[in-house]
Amino acid sequence: MTRYDTPTHWQSRYDHFIGGEYVKPHGGRYFENPSPVTGQPFCEVARGTAEDVERALDAAHGAAGAWGRTPAADRALVLNQVADRMQEHLQALAIAETWENGKPIRETLAADIPLAIDHFRYFAGVIRAQEGSLAEIDDDTVAYHFHEPLGVVGQIIPWNFPLLMATWKLAPALAAGNAVVLKPAEQTPASIHYLLSLVADLLPPGVVNVVNGFGVEAGRPLASSPRVAKVAFTGETTTGRLIMQYASENIKPVTLELGGKSPNIFFDDVSAASDDFRDKALEGFTMFALNQGEVCTCPSRALIQQGHYADFLAAAVARTREIRPGHPLDSTTMVGAQASNDQLEKILSYLDIGRQEGARVLTGGARAQLDGELAGGYYVEPTIFEGSNSMRIFQEEIFGPVVSVTSFADLDDAVKIANDTLYGLGAGVWTRDINTAYRAGRAIQAGRVWTNCYHAYPAHAAFGGYKQSGIGRENHKMMLDHYQQTKNLLVSYAPKKLGFF
Amino acid sequence: MRDLVAVTPAAAELIRSLRGQHGPLMFHQSGGCCDGSAPMCYPAGEFRTGSSDIRLAALVVDGVPEPVEFWISRAQWDLWQHTKLTIDVVPGRGSGFSLEAPEGLRFLLRSTLARRDNDLPGGPGRPRQTG
Repeated sequence: MTRYDTPTHWQSRYDHFIGGEYVKPHGGRYFENPSPVTGQPFCEVARGTAEDVERALDAAHGAAGAWGRTPAADRALVLNQVADRMQEHLQALAIAETWENGKPIRETLAADIPLAIDHFRYFAGVIRAQEGSLAEIDDDTVAYHFHEPLGVVGQIIPWNFPLLMATWKLAPALAAGNAVVLKPAEQTPASIHYLLSLVADLLPPGVVNVVNGFGVEAGRPLASSPRVAKVAFTGETTTGRLIMQYASENIKPVTLELGGKSPNIFFDDVSAASDDFRDKALEGFTMFALNQGEVCTCPSRALIQQGHYADFLAAAVARTREIRPGHPLDSTTMVGAQASNDQLEKILSYLDIGRQEGARVLTGGARAQLDGELAGGYYVEPTIFEGSNSMRIFQEEIFGPVVSVTSFADLDDAVKIANDTLYGLGAGVWTRDINTAYRAGRAIQAGRVWTNCYHAYPAHAAFGGYKQSGIGRENHKMMLDHYQQTKNLLVSYAPKKLGFF
Repeated sequence: MRDLVAVTPAAAELIRSLRGQHGPLMFHQSGGCCDGSAPMCYPAGEFRTGSSDIRLAALVVDGVPEPVEFWISRAQWDLWQHTKLTIDVVPGRGSGFSLEAPEGLRFLLRSTLARRDNDLPGGPGRPRQTG
């Protein structure tokens, strides 16, 4: 076991990062940023307003032209240098992210930060390989298609993976040649500044601008500005709709990732043998507790086929009880703190409604009260409910370490239950039969169907939602399309006139 | 129908305060991830409701001159109509573009089971537009 030290690399105060330098907020105000590990503030952060957003947009517009004309090889080099710098400081970034968000250090060391590093490298690679196209319309006419950056884009980042989600949006936007104004979540505003302290010298001034603040004061002016060519947002449906509404006023595109209520389906044949595969499936069940359940694709509905229901569920409950809570900076801790007090309160309200609706608590079901400096932190016991799919705990993303379990009869029943949701972001299918896996995977209305795996997020596998889960695909080179215009030059090589006039 | 959404005294106090700062208010109930499930509070008219939404309540709050409308998407209400909702307040960082976030407070919805009866909008079965 390793117990990492409480990070000391924070500044006591973070301003806005605009035009390559730190700029005080126009209104002169700051807000405290607590760590969910202890509930205690560890820095204060600029409280941005519309004036700060305008200043950042000025800087971004000043930088966008030159950055967009920078050769793809040079832009890729910058992204690779950012990745290299992050690699050199991987452990410090992981500690910072854990302190900021509350998630266990073993996850930030093994997933959040390595994935972010790889994401920069991936988009450095694909932008080098991207080509325009030409179409020979006829003997004298050629249509050339060029990719052009959009210009200046706005990005609003969630708090569940502060650095990784920022990277998912920054890397494709920068690769495509855009300048960015980014607003981190007010719950997790600081770790991006620690990253900037490592990489700011690599970025041309104004290409990346970070304005902190509250959604209503800084996010809204960014999302509604006619000076952004596109807005990217990860969050929930009402804000997603509001961002689309603002975008409609300016006739701008949006990409939205708005969450889900992802089914994780375990067919009878998973239990045909007591082997590594069944063990892996039990781990797949327990993935609902990864990141304290604060994942848009949390497998928060487990559908278990009737033939092995009792045995598999008993084993899943046992596996869940082995989840080790503890200090997020302890390398053996498996589940850490929820990201904020209001998140904790929301989860507790769902534990209440689940019981009222008649769901059975098989394990957990309460706030976890830890000792010492963790006493003021936000901890919840990993919880398994057993109930039916019409219950609200089966229909709403609790965003906590809570899974709701029900049974199904056959493939058709599984697909029916899986699709009985407003959302369609992720799903899991577990079976030893490739035909069942294929049919289930194609029938489930979700953008990502993990098949005999779960919660893998490699670059180069498209990620995004069906139904109310959003618009667009991240994590794949097709994301470049969301950050580029298509320029068509339609060129005639014919020397003679048409003859119309 | 008037009882579908209640307001705790603490929430009423926050609504009064926000009304004083921002003028007439509205709520739209969110879904999805991150801050989903939270009732989002906006200046009245800021969020454009449409045929996909249903107005659950026009909240009467002491000290607030006009009713505060509470909206939810129709599809979401289909799944929620067996519950009664109470708007409460907890300390928090807030998010989305909801007005209360800078106050260090967060509106939070608490739910209790309601009987399916003719008091619900549309009576038994699917709700219809009200308001």
